[in-house]
Amino acid sequence: MTHEAARLRLKTRLFAPVVVLSGVLGNYFMKLGMPGTLAFPLDYITVLFRPYVALGVLLLILWLLTRMALLSWADLSYVVPVTSVGYALTALAGQVFLHEAISLKHWTGIGLIVAGVSLVSGGTEARTFPAHAEETRR
Amino acid sequence: MRWLFVGIIVAATAAGEVLQAAGMRRHGEVRDFRPGAIGRTMAALARNRFVIAAVAAMAVAFFANLGLLSVADLSFAVPATAITCVLETVLAKYVLKERVNWLRWVGASLVICGVALVSL
Repeated sequence: MTHEAARLRLKTRLFAPVVVLSGVLGNYFMKLGMPGTLAFPLDYITVLFRPYVALGVLLLILWLLTRMALLSWADLSYVVPVTSVGYALTALAGQVFLHEAISLKHWTGIGLIVAGVSLVSGGTEARTFPAHAEETRR
Repeated sequence: MRWLFVGIIVAATAAGEVLQAAGMRRHGEVRDFRPGAIGRTMAALARNRFVIAAVAAMAVAFFANLGLLSVADLSFAVPATAITCVLETVLAKYVLKERVNWLRWVGASLVICGVALVSL
């Protein structure tokens, strides 16, 4: 592995957990603060001022910004599977903190997700487009 | 109703993330994370058409997500929208021209199967 590839891999391994955790916690807090069905269009705005929903929104802004930073040096086809572990963690958060049962099927699914993430993050480079592409595409 | 929300989220998220990736690639690698540099990066991104379009698409996905969370369990809502993985991997190959090798296809396929098991 070249020095450049190793540098990008380290940077990716620092950012990916922040992307995953901010997404999981953001969605969890939004669900926690959700009052019920949003019947009217105005409800979609007023719900944003509920404390847990507002905290969820702040975390999702962090998710968006860190994901954008990650996409500035890594391929989308790398970032998508690597951060997909967040789908499983969100399901787990819903089940553990909102007291839903975790079935064998769920554990199998989580195992497959972790295996897929490991394959992509451990076996392929974060970036396949050339570094100078950004200069030539301006 | 909840599958309508899922459809909107999947379409808007896939479009948003491809636009985001294209915009960030044009911008170049973010290397400096000091507050002043982050401010300059944000100012530059606010003028990037791809990023503006991406944020608009993500806003649609966000409000659809709010609607979905109001009618569905968290453990359904988030995994169910993971079908975006498939769309985004295909779009990454054909729109962004990324080299998606067999390891990435296998990894993405495992993730998709896993997400399907978690969400069903």
